Amino acid sequence: MATTLVFGAASALGQDAHPPTGLRPADTRSGYFFTSRETQAMQDDDSANPGILWVQEGEALWRKAASPGGTSCASCHGDATVNMKGVAARYPAFDARAGRVINLEQGINVCRVDRQAAPAFALESRDLLALTTYVAHQSRGLPIEVITDGPARPYFEAGRAAFFLRQGQFNLACAQCHDERWGQQLRGHPISQGHGNAYPAYRLEWQSVGSLQRRLRNCNIGVRAEPYPYGAQEYVNLELFLAWRASGLPIETPGVRR
Amino acid sequence: MARALIRMPTQAKKGEVIEIKTLIAHPMEPGVRRDSTGRLIPRHILNRFVCTYNGEEVFRADLFPAIAANPFLTFFTVVTASGELAFQWTDDDGTIQTETTQITVV
Repeated sequence: MATTLVFGAASALGQDAHPPTGLRPADTRSGYFFTSRETQAMQDDDSANPGILWVQEGEALWRKAASPGGTSCASCHGDATVNMKGVAARYPAFDARAGRVINLEQGINVCRVDRQAAPAFALESRDLLALTTYVAHQSRGLPIEVITDGPARPYFEAGRAAFFLRQGQFNLACAQCHDERWGQQLRGHPISQGHGNAYPAYRLEWQSVGSLQRRLRNCNIGVRAEPYPYGAQEYVNLELFLAWRASGLPIETPGVRR
Repeated sequence: MARALIRMPTQAKKGEVIEIKTLIAHPMEPGVRRDSTGRLIPRHILNRFVCTYNGEEVFRADLFPAIAANPFLTFFTVVTASGELAFQWTDDDGTIQTETTQITVV
C-alpha cells in the first residue's frame, strides 16, 4: 500500500522528469537480498561462484582472434580490466550504428560483425554468454547508470509501458509482483524487486549462466504469456527501463540466484 | 578441455591444515532426462575426483548422477612438504582432466 501511495504522489507532483517506478529510491535493493544465505555465500566467494567459470572462458575469448588471422576484442579494446570498466553499467544504450537501443550482448555482436568481420554469436550461446559475463564482470561494484533521454527516450517509454502492462492468462503486469508485492512470498520464495544488476547470472535452477532476457522469458512463461524470442526489441526496451529503475545498484555479475 | 578453478593457499607451515576448493565446468547430465523430442539424453557425468599430494592420494570422491552441474568440492589436507598437488577428474567418456598447483612450506 505504501508504495502505491508514493507512486501516486510522485505522479501528481510531477517532481520526477521520468515517470515513476513505483519504488522509492531508498527501498531499492538487489535480488541478492531476496536469496538465501547459502546462495549469497556462493556469490560472494569467487572460488565457489560457478559464474566465474564463464568469466574465465570470456577472458580467453576476449584475447582470441574472431577469425583466423583476424582481430580479437583485445586488438582494439586492449586490457578489458581497464577499458571495459563501467561499460556494462551503461547498457542498454542507444547505438548509432544499429540505429536503436541495444543491450550488451547485441553490442558485442555489433562489434563482431562490423569490426571483426565475423559472424554474430547466436543469442544465448555459450560463447556470447561467456564474453558478456566477462565484460559485465569488469563493472562489478559500479552503479548502474543508463541514459534514457535523447534518442533512447522512445525505447525507454516503451519499456516502461511494458512493465505496467498486464500480460498472459494470469493477466499480471511486472509491477504487480515486483513493485507492489516485493518481499512477500510466491511459491515459497520471496518476490524480488526484479532488478537485473546480477545478470548474466548463474541460476541454480538453470545450472548455468543465463542472460537477463532468459530470466524475462521465464517471467513471461510464469504469467502464461507467450515469450518473445531472444533479442526482441520488446525485451531490450524493458531491460532499459529495468536498468533505469535499478539506477545506483551495483553490478554483481556474475550473480548467483536460486 | 573444461575449465576448472582451484583455490588454496600457495604457502603454508608444515603441519598446517589447509582448505582446498575446486570447481569444474561440467554438464553432469544424469541420463534420465529427455530432450524436446522425447529421446533420452545419455548420461554424461564426471564419475571420479582424485587429489594427490606429491604423488600420494589425499582425497578421493566418487560422483553420481544426482550431483549438480559444475561440481564444487571442498576438502582439507595437512601440509607435509613443498611440492605439487594434482587434481584429476575422470569423465564418463574416459577422458581425465588434470590440474596442478604448487605449495611451498615456509
